[in-house]
Amino acid sequence: MGDVEHIQVDEQGVSRRSFIKGVIATGASVSASSYVMRGGHGVALAQAPGAVERLLTLSVNGQQRRVDVLPQETLAMTLRYKLGLTGTKLGCDRAECGACTVLIDGVPRYACSTLTHQVRGREVQTIEGLEAADGTLSLVQQAVVDEQGFQCAFCMPGFVMNMTAMVQENPSVTRAEAAHYLSGNLCRCGDYNKILNVAMKAAEYTRNGRRS
Amino acid sequence: MADHKLVGKNYVTPDLVAKVTGRAKYAEDFRAEGMLFTKLLLSPMPHARVRRMNTSAAMAIPGVEAILTADDLPEAEAPQEAGLTNEPLYEGEPILAIAAVDEETAALAVEAVEIDFEPLPFVIDPLQSLRPGGPNARLDGNTMAGRDLATVKWDNVDWNEIDAGRLPMDGEVTDEWQVGDVEAGFAEADLVLDETVFASSVSHQPLEPRTAMAYWQNGKCYMHVSTQSTARTTGGLARWIGIDPADLVVVGEYCGGGFGGKISSAIQCRIPALLSQKAGKPVMMRVTRQEENFFGRSRPGIQARAKFGFKSDGRVVAIDLFHVQDGGPYGRSGDFMSAADQTSLMYQPAHMRMRGLTVYTNTPPRGAQRAPGGVQAVAMFAPIMDKAAKQLGVDQLELIRMNAPEGQAKFGRPRQGQQGNVSSAFPKMAIDKAAQEFDWAGMKARSGQRNGTKVTGVGVAISSYSAGTSGLDGLLVIRPDGKVQIHTGVGNLGTESFSDTARPAMEALDTEWEQAEIVWGDTSKHLPWSAIQGGSMTTHAHTRSNWAVGLDAKRKLQEIAARDLGGSPDNYEVSDGRVFRRGNRSQGLSFARAAERAIALGGKYDGHELPEDINAMTTASATALAGQGLVGVAKDNFETGGRNMSYVIGFAEVEVDIETGSVALKDYKCATDCGTVLHPRNLGGQLHGGGIQGFGIALGQKWVLDPKWGLHVAKRFYSNRPPTLLDIPHEEEMPWVAANEPDPYSPIGCRGIGEPPVGAGAGAVLNAISDALGPDGYFNRSPIMRDMILAKLESLPEAHNPLSTHV
Repeated sequence: MGDVEHIQVDEQGVSRRSFIKGVIATGASVSASSYVMRGGHGVALAQAPGAVERLLTLSVNGQQRRVDVLPQETLAMTLRYKLGLTGTKLGCDRAECGACTVLIDGVPRYACSTLTHQVRGREVQTIEGLEAADGTLSLVQQAVVDEQGFQCAFCMPGFVMNMTAMVQENPSVTRAEAAHYLSGNLCRCGDYNKILNVAMKAAEYTRNGRRS
Repeated sequence: MADHKLVGKNYVTPDLVAKVTGRAKYAEDFRAEGMLFTKLLLSPMPHARVRRMNTSAAMAIPGVEAILTADDLPEAEAPQEAGLTNEPLYEGEPILAIAAVDEETAALAVEAVEIDFEPLPFVIDPLQSLRPGGPNARLDGNTMAGRDLATVKWDNVDWNEIDAGRLPMDGEVTDEWQVGDVEAGFAEADLVLDETVFASSVSHQPLEPRTAMAYWQNGKCYMHVSTQSTARTTGGLARWIGIDPADLVVVGEYCGGGFGGKISSAIQCRIPALLSQKAGKPVMMRVTRQEENFFGRSRPGIQARAKFGFKSDGRVVAIDLFHVQDGGPYGRSGDFMSAADQTSLMYQPAHMRMRGLTVYTNTPPRGAQRAPGGVQAVAMFAPIMDKAAKQLGVDQLELIRMNAPEGQAKFGRPRQGQQGNVSSAFPKMAIDKAAQEFDWAGMKARSGQRNGTKVTGVGVAISSYSAGTSGLDGLLVIRPDGKVQIHTGVGNLGTESFSDTARPAMEALDTEWEQAEIVWGDTSKHLPWSAIQGGSMTTHAHTRSNWAVGLDAKRKLQEIAARDLGGSPDNYEVSDGRVFRRGNRSQGLSFARAAERAIALGGKYDGHELPEDINAMTTASATALAGQGLVGVAKDNFETGGRNMSYVIGFAEVEVDIETGSVALKDYKCATDCGTVLHPRNLGGQLHGGGIQGFGIALGQKWVLDPKWGLHVAKRFYSNRPPTLLDIPHEEEMPWVAANEPDPYSPIGCRGIGEPPVGAGAGAVLNAISDALGPDGYFNRSPIMRDMILAKLESLPEAHNPLSTHV
């Protein structure tokens, strides 16, 4: 655990090197332990010399949230276990499935592979932040409902966040372009045909600035 | 039942908004006060014995609260697994579990366990275990004969033949059956194809691992668990925990995929429950992707020899199958048996024989996976059908059609010398619809077309599988606020059948869907006895049970109206939330008023008197609901016409790049006979979702194990990757058609559809690839990898023995 103070947190982009170093520093040599997190009960915390400031203010879904974050903590763990935002799912915890996709300053990112310290000063948006305060669904969410998109839906939050960025970027996206854009998200139920229907409908709603 | 108000119509399922807003809670999303986390110590070897273990250093770590080892569990009766073991039978098998205040502390404690393993002989290829002197995966045998563990070695077999890639048919087997006389059948045949074929083991890989959280309150165990079923999860899980099912509450409103691997959750889900009992605190067990690969179940691979005899017009006269199943280390998967049953159904041979056995290996445990055995049968035998069509000069689709089952067709292994029959079969109608709508002739015309280095291939395959059970219960309450509260013990793993199957109850009441509320996913909420959510059981079972309970509620409404307003019950009709005198809506009662009257009348009307033929679970639930409104409760006693089976015919078009060996799937369409269409959008989702899982089986999903150490090489998504959006046709929407012909033995006529789409997708793609490569383009093996394609194009020998597994 002694390396913690040397972690260089890259504030501007994902540095693979710093990310891997951060994860290694947690003693992740445990067999098959993909998830390593700390609940902040003070027991394991005592072992980590705090070289990086741990008390952060994060901007999540338009709210400022004060949270105690360890240097090696991933954004997915902070969202799920400290901020109660369990809509962001963990399917692999290793940047293979995309279930944890969130938007950081509008750009889709895998929250399992983003250190929480990297999103200081940035706007994080999760699936919980798409719905308006009055319960009006976002255009992408509405497209899901209108097309009965997805099956088990464990992949859905990641897909919906990625799709949200996609239709903002290119509301005239074609079906084939959408497939490329969304190909970093896995759906094991294989509901891709309906997911692309949703993508096309979401793009249409975005072009028209309204649903239906 | 021609005119339906709800059946056959699209609608928004009641779980969808919760899912799309992130409010839907899956097992890992629950928290409980003082919740601990557990981590598992996994076996690093494929077969070993724990020689020595010292946990004192681990338990001394501050924050560590409890440990569970195999010694804490009742011994499982061989060949069943216990969930934790001192004799691991595969790499990644859990040895012990430690609960601590947070996950990292638990992981540190697992690392601090001093443990010494004694390596034991292991085997990863079933044929190696059958070889005289070959290792056994288990110390107590390498197969099961009937209900007994046994050891089978093939002393009399010519092993040189196996080494040359041909499976002999004279080895000892544990199971066999025959209908007709296969030898006579082959004597009649004009063409006999005799092939050694292989289908790989494939992991289920649900996106949500089998996570579970448990806590105890006042002697009851509460579990938030990733499970396919609801009513049928309680029994298995309670047995694993060692408590009365009445003392277990299962909450599983959402399940992140199962595909047969979580039918009643999983045995490892007992771990957090028992740790929680020990620690006196809630325990969360988050299963990682890698752990899911190890103990998350998989489809058994099959090495087979198949002889198919055809008449010159393409009719199948005889089939002789010989199956060796890769059984994993525990239980006894029936895939190798059901593969033969489905073969008999799909191709309807007059003469058929099946012989085979399952062999234990030190590879992850097998379990039912979406059309268990059916998918392997299509992957292995659809190419043989295709090859025969080409050799006989018969159109491939026509060959499938002429052999396809029709009506109450015969099915499977004989019982008391007689084959059974299916309830109904209309795949020929589906084929005829497809041939026209999909322009099969136009597809075929593109076969062999060159575009630069790319060659087009087209393929078609039929796939059948089980599609429903019967005799389950329905339960609903018409509440004093007028809502129809429909209870279901069907799980919600994404097929939406928990909701779709409730529609017939409202259909029977001829009332708008908006007036219905569904109660599901929580066994404390008084659920009726329901089918397992697996094997495509629920659509058939619960369209029937909910039709039955709808009729029961309707009758009670009519009787209440007759009591209050005079006349006989038959003078009243039910529609749009009212029971009223025929032709006069104003003379009647609203559902709300009728519910109040039911409560006042008591007896059978509000659930105080219950039918005697319902299951005890339904009786308990209805008793708990008694007095809350008009209680409808009924068992499905409708007639049945035989085994329920559904059918899918897949059509694929691929481009094979003959320079790189890469395959691009350009088009896929399918046709189905699954009885009456219940919910078109979900049906499309099942047909193509299953088809896409089949693409993975055809195009690359397999295990790779190191033969020297028996360890997994491909154990994550990136190395054993399910299809992505780029692996499927994504320029145009993939279409589907349905025969939409009601099953004559069911009141609504629906059958299930989860299973058969997978085989159709796999078989059609395998055949399309071979079609692109010409008359000798068959591989007898799935998946087809690029190196296999390139070797074939260069006329080079295959890189491995056709019978080899896990390469």
